[in-house]
Parts: sequence; structure tokens; C-alpha cells
Amino acid sequence: MSATDTPANLPTPDAATQRSPWGEVLHSLLRSGTFLTGLGIVLFWIVCALFGEHFVPYDPLADDIINALAPPSAEHWFGTDQIGRDVFSRVIVGSRDILTVAPLATILATIAGTALGLLIGYFRGIVDDVVSRVLEAFMAIPVVIIALLAIVALGTSKITVIVVIGLSFAPIIARTVRSAVLAERELDYVAAAKLRHEGALHTMFVEILPNVIPPILVETTVRLGYAIFAVATLSFMGFGIQPPSPDWGLSISSNYGMIGGGFWWTVLFDALAIASLVIGVNLVADGVHGAFND
Amino acid sequence: MTLFLLSVMVFLGGQVLPGNVGRAILGPFADQRAVDALNHSLGVDRPLLVQYGSWIWNFLHGDMGTSYIFRAPVAPFVIDALGNSMKLALVAFVLVVPIGILGGVIAALNLNRPLDRIISLGGLSVTVLPEFVTGIILILIFGVWLRWLPIAAAWPKGAGFFTQLYYLILPSLPLFLVLFGYIARMARSGMIEALDSDYTRTAVLKGLPWRTVIWRHVLRNALLPTITVIATQTGYLIGGLVVIETLFRYQGIGSLIFTAARGKDFPMLEAGILTIGIVYAVATLIADFLYSVLNPRIRLGAEQ
Repeated sequence: MSATDTPANLPTPDAATQRSPWGEVLHSLLRSGTFLTGLGIVLFWIVCALFGEHFVPYDPLADDIINALAPPSAEHWFGTDQIGRDVFSRVIVGSRDILTVAPLATILATIAGTALGLLIGYFRGIVDDVVSRVLEAFMAIPVVIIALLAIVALGTSKITVIVVIGLSFAPIIARTVRSAVLAERELDYVAAAKLRHEGALHTMFVEILPNVIPPILVETTVRLGYAIFAVATLSFMGFGIQPPSPDWGLSISSNYGMIGGGFWWTVLFDALAIASLVIGVNLVADGVHGAFND
Repeated sequence: MTLFLLSVMVFLGGQVLPGNVGRAILGPFADQRAVDALNHSLGVDRPLLVQYGSWIWNFLHGDMGTSYIFRAPVAPFVIDALGNSMKLALVAFVLVVPIGILGGVIAALNLNRPLDRIISLGGLSVTVLPEFVTGIILILIFGVWLRWLPIAAAWPKGAGFFTQLYYLILPSLPLFLVLFGYIARMARSGMIEALDSDYTRTAVLKGLPWRTVIWRHVLRNALLPTITVIATQTGYLIGGLVVIETLFRYQGIGSLIFTAARGKDFPMLEAGILTIGIVYAVATLIADFLYSVLNPRIRLGAEQ
């Protein structure tokens, strides 16, 4: 987010001081321990996803049947799985798919939700009543159920997962945008735009949208946490991300059957990796929320 | 409304989008005449609206259809599974509601002190974690390392109440953790608001003992929003059941629809999901009722 992007649209008392409102937000983000901790964790996994394959000790996909199910040792830090693949290498590279699918789903949800929220918030009346009821009904259905149906109907693929999660989260973002737009549309600058005979679309997307960016940003970071939750769960259920990807949820689902035999290392590190990523994203979301609401 | 939308979605997802049901069951090499015959006997060659109408009509009359895979009525499977899931959900609820509320109340009474921080942060972190992740970690700790609890929720046939309970503790814990954070957070913010209110100050100033103030004035007002949250969490709980029942190999409604989805057993899938929808609607209704019973403003307002 650049500080010089939209200062003209944000005439707040801070404009008088040296810092723009966006600079203010950035400043309080950089002082927030919650945000920085979360950012550190998330950046760590992003680096692993991008460059992990160059520094892991083994090929994450190469099997080695003779050394299958070896416990953690100096050679294999996290042990090996049932066909002898190095668990450490797989955990490091395993962030790649989830870090592609979850953000794409969140972006889809944000775009669809923002457009919908602007429309129903701006036009209100019968459009709002009808669409809001449908959205409420939609929100009451658990994502897993929607995903089950979609996957039975459309088959399994990353695209299906992105679309399912994107569309299930869109109503929640639409609701947030709607309530922000309802407050904005009463303000003078919207009335001025109407007096200038600006079209409805221009008023919505050029006048109102820049002013409702903060709640959208907050909601998007929160949704990203839930998207990671959902993607991990779906790949654990065997939907979406498919073998031989070293994806964490997928690894747990193919190894937890042997957990009773005491092969804890085949699932523990993947579980901890998911936990750290989810908590990291939620810490970032918490920090962003705090920065915009202080 | 949700129920209607869900039924349409289930119907479309289950019967329309997969295209040729007979082909899907018999596979690509089956004779076309066999496919047609199967489609006819399953009734999927009729117009869509007729199919939807007769499906809903039969469902409302207790006929949930015939499983494609088991070649037997779906209803007994669904009812059995629902009973099992209810047991699991009940154990989780009985644990989480009092403990979650207690956690939130304790946190609010120790606002901004270390105890509050621990409860709030701990609750938040376990709430955001997927159920299967906490499930795996709990299985490792209590099932594999300590060997205190069984790792699969499959008790011997004819097991008594306490044996069943023993098998259900571990599967209910991940659900407990996810719900704990939500409930504790709502109870905490409800308490903080109530503690800050004028009526609490009045009660304190007129010299009532602190204990009475908390029990009679603060708690009653603080817990109202919590009840709504608990009801809305049934939706999440059901989503969680699908995951948990798969993880613990428990024969509940979640694993039923999961298996049905994998085997493309559409009547079973549809019946399972619609049953879940009905359970959800009933839970919401009960919450509305409880809310009005506990809130004199709504109760008295309705009588006038």
C-alpha cells in the first residue's frame, strides 16, 4: 500500500500533520508486536514456498523404500514417511499449494464480495432485502458441505477449491462492505457526485470504494486465515490438492492411518506447520484490525 | 430460507450437475440400454421440477429415497448416523458451554491481568486451528504417547454409557477447542459490557454484596449474546463433525455424507445434508426461544 496513492480521498484530521492516514496505519502496524510476529511466520513460509526446494536436504518427492518410516535422526531430521520420503523436506516445501490456493480464493471472495456489497449498499431497497436474505441463508451452510456438493458435482481440482471457498466467503465480505457503504452514501461527497450527474457505477467504484478500503482490508486478512483453515481441511479430506504434492493436509491424511503404530513424526510436523501458518495469518489480521481501529 | 436454498443446492449438486446418473454408477463401459433402464428405475429421466417436487414430498413423508450403493432405504442409515453424531456433539456441548462461559467470565473479572491474557490468547489460538490439526495433536498426546484414550471412536458392541463416553472424549476435544474460543470471547465481551453499565454501578452503590451483583445483575445480561453465538455455532459444529468423524472413523452423519460423496451415492448424500439442514434450523429456533425466555424485554414486549 503506497502512502501517496489516495490521500486526496481521505480528508481526515491527520492530513494536517506530516503523515498521511495510510502512513499512520503503516506506522502503528510496524510498532505492533502481534503484527510483526505474524508477519515473520507468514514470510518464513512464503520464503519456504518460493525457494524451499533449493535448500532442503532431499527431494521431497523421492521415495526410498529401504529407509521407510525411519524415526527422526541426524540424517532425516523429521524422519521419513511410509515410502521413505524425507519429512523435513516435505514440510518445508509443503506450504506451496496452500499458499497459492488460499490467497487466490480470498482474492476471489474479496472482489465478488466487494462488488456485491457496493451494489446492495448503494441501491438499498428491494435489491438489498432480497440479496441480503439469500446471502444470510448461504452463510448458514458450512463450507465443508458446500465443498462436498461442489466436488461431487464438478470433480476435484484446485480451481474447484478456489471457487468454492471464494464464493462461500464472498457473502461475508459483502455484508461488511454493505454496512460501510450504508454509512458512506449519506455523506456530502456522494451527494455532490449525484449533483454532478455521475452515473451509479462511477459513484460506487470511483467515489465510495476508495473510502471503504480499510474495512475491506481488515476483512480480507481475517478471511485469509479462514481460507487457510478451509483449504487445509479440504485437502485433509482428499479434496482439491492431490498427491504427490507434499501439501500438509494431504500428508496428514495419507499418514494418520498408521498413527496407532507410533509413527508420530509422519503427522506431527505437518500439523505444527499448519498450526503455525494459521496462527501467523491470524496475528497479522489482528494487527491490521488494530491499526485501522485505533 | 436456508433450508430451501440448501435443498435446491443439494438437489442441483446431487442430481443435475453430475449429468447422467446411470452412467456415473455403471461406469463408462456399460451398455447404453442398461444405463437407460437404470435411469428410468431411479426416476432420474423425469423433468427436473417433477423430480424436485417428488423428492421433497417423499422426504417430508419420511421416505428419504433408496441408496444407490446399498440398494436399501436411506432413512435407517441416516437416523443411526444422526444418533451417533448427536452423542458426539452432546459430549462436546456439555463440556464446552459451561467451561467456555466460565472462561469468559473469569477473563472479564480479571480484565487485562495475566489470567485474562492467557484465556483470551489461548482461546483465540485454538479457535483458529482446523479441527483435524488439533485432533492429530491430541491423538498423539493422549492416544499414542500417554495411551490414556482410544484413538478410534469405535466402541465394542453393546457397550454401556460410560464406555461410550470414554471413547467419545478424545473426538469431542477438538470440537471443544474450536468452540471454546468463540464462546469464551462472547461471554467475556458480554461481561465487560454488563460490568461497565449503569445498572451494575447502581447495584454496587446501593450496597449489594459483590457476589449478588455478579449473579443477579451482571451474568443474566452478559450471557444473552452468548446464547445466540452458541446456536450459530451449530453450523460450524456440523462442518467440524464431517472432519472429526472421518479422523476418528466414527459412524456419524458427517462420515455418512463424506462416504456418500466419495461413492457418488446421491440419495444418501442428499438425505444426509438435508437432515443436517433441519437440525440446524431446529437449533436456531431453540436459541431464539431461549433468548426470548431469558430476555424480559422481548418476553414482555410480545405479550403486550
